[in-house]
Amino acid sequence: MNWKTFLALLGRDAHVARRNFIPLLLQTFLQPMMFVFIFGRVMVSSGYMPAAYKSLLLPGIMAISMVFTGVWAVAMPLIAEFQFTREIEDRLLAPIEISWLAIEKVIFGTLQALVAGLAVIPMAWLLLRPVEFNLHSPLSFAFVTLLVALFSSCGGLALGCSVDQAHIGLMFSMVLTPMIFFGCTYYPWSALAHFPILQKIVLVNPLVYASEGLRGTLVPQFPHLSLLAVLVALTLFDVALLGVGLRQFHSKAVS
Amino acid sequence: MVGIRTHDLRKVYNSAPPLAAGGTFAFSTARGKKAPKNEIVALNGLSLNISSGEIFGLLGPNGAGKSTTVGILTTRVRPTEGQAWIGEHEVWREQVAVKRLIGVVAQRPNLDFSLTAREILLFHGAYFGLDSRARAERADELLDRFKLRERAEQMVRGFSGGMMHRLSIARAMMHDPQILFLDEPSAGLDPQTRLLLWEIIREYNQRGKTILLTTHNLEEADALCQRLAIIDHGRNIAMGTPSELKASVPGGFVLRLRFGRQSPELLQRLQGLAGVREVRAHEVASSAGKRGADAGLSDINSIDVYADRGGSLISEIANLASAASVELCDVHISEPSLENLFLHHTGRSMRE
Repeated sequence: MNWKTFLALLGRDAHVARRNFIPLLLQTFLQPMMFVFIFGRVMVSSGYMPAAYKSLLLPGIMAISMVFTGVWAVAMPLIAEFQFTREIEDRLLAPIEISWLAIEKVIFGTLQALVAGLAVIPMAWLLLRPVEFNLHSPLSFAFVTLLVALFSSCGGLALGCSVDQAHIGLMFSMVLTPMIFFGCTYYPWSALAHFPILQKIVLVNPLVYASEGLRGTLVPQFPHLSLLAVLVALTLFDVALLGVGLRQFHSKAVS
Repeated sequence: MVGIRTHDLRKVYNSAPPLAAGGTFAFSTARGKKAPKNEIVALNGLSLNISSGEIFGLLGPNGAGKSTTVGILTTRVRPTEGQAWIGEHEVWREQVAVKRLIGVVAQRPNLDFSLTAREILLFHGAYFGLDSRARAERADELLDRFKLRERAEQMVRGFSGGMMHRLSIARAMMHDPQILFLDEPSAGLDPQTRLLLWEIIREYNQRGKTILLTTHNLEEADALCQRLAIIDHGRNIAMGTPSELKASVPGGFVLRLRFGRQSPELLQRLQGLAGVREVRAHEVASSAGKRGADAGLSDINSIDVYADRGGSLISEIANLASAASVELCDVHISEPSLENLFLHHTGRSMRE
């Protein structure tokens, strides 16, 4: 492992992110902000939703924001750089094992997802006052948040190295959108009790554990899955997606 | 000083090879259960031995396996069989050590579109562990040398093809590699830039560096390379200095003739003309003839005459033809060249 090269690769991504700061900011925060405003403010103050919904919504928005950011930050550059522009070739020839380039992308995506997720909290606090959250165990919250961020960037790696440029739209409509709607983001998992089959099926969706985990650590007053189940599931998803992602990365990088 | 060696390299793609490694299409006849339906054999037992400090050229038509060879030597393509070494390092097993020694210019521009020209050089230097001062000095030097100074602070998105190509070469030289790979270096360059590029390549070589370039441009191979390997269908069909190779063609001159019809008798008489070394009739069933693209040229009535004189043979050939009442439809004379060498070894022109 060659740290100088690894840091230079990270430096390159940081430099590009800095250059695209404003579009990146809009891309990351505009959607969650509108969600928070419409569902948390408009629907609640008009009386269509109970006031408690604001707090229930917060972890879901956070999970969506992290997953979108992580997947986008890792998958989109990889799709373009491997297929159309071949920009990545220069970095594949850097004196370091190519897996580290994939890991660098995952680390950078994880950092971006963390920023996007954590920024939802002050944003919600500003827009939704008063919102009740209860950070009873900061350590488990930090742990869950980190696992969610990792899941989003590893997912980005796996998707980015598997999806063809022509199918980006399909990736969003067939993978990400159903994942979000069936990801217990706008409702707790227990709300699916009336649909017992669906309730079992959605358990294959990693976003369920992300939203439920954040719900359990941020607003534990609402029903949520057990923390242990969340931690185990998220760890398994992280490892599996990283493994698939690295394998796909190799098959893209070497012919 | 680092050289390049390959031993019996073979590369078979199971699906279409990536654009960068243009392969030749050969449909497998194996009917085994697991055998894929269409295997593409890009390299078929290629052995090379390139000394350090040499400018070596891989010459061959599109799809000959040149880019696949470069891909294997630069860690980007995994050989199906055989080995490749850069210096003492086996390429597939010691990728990081190999990557430190090489600089690569791909056939298609692959610049980092999110960066400016100068940043591209600076980050490339950083990947190779150069400190910031050495990076900045080297980048300025290269930007000057490649006449890119004025555009240094601009994003490369708006660069012309020639400028992108120059910057790709500058980037490959940024970490001062011992071996420089250039895949089709002057494709699409204007004549002036091509000369600049040749000058830079020679200069880099004079500093003791090894250069491997691929080309299908005979003029370039002749002008630039100290030694050449002629590659066709993934095999090395001839190797030597350009002058050695040219001297190996019988007679040196080639007269490509096309007649109105076939005549074995005429063929025999052509053989008897003074100065004629070899007469070859094209076979319609040649592998080249089958492939559609060149069917129009290498048809059954074409004959190649290898001789040690050119134009002065024409009147005699025309006389023989009219005596045999065969119409002479087309004549093409080429002087001693690598083109003729390619024709001699493969039975088809490089441009076909």
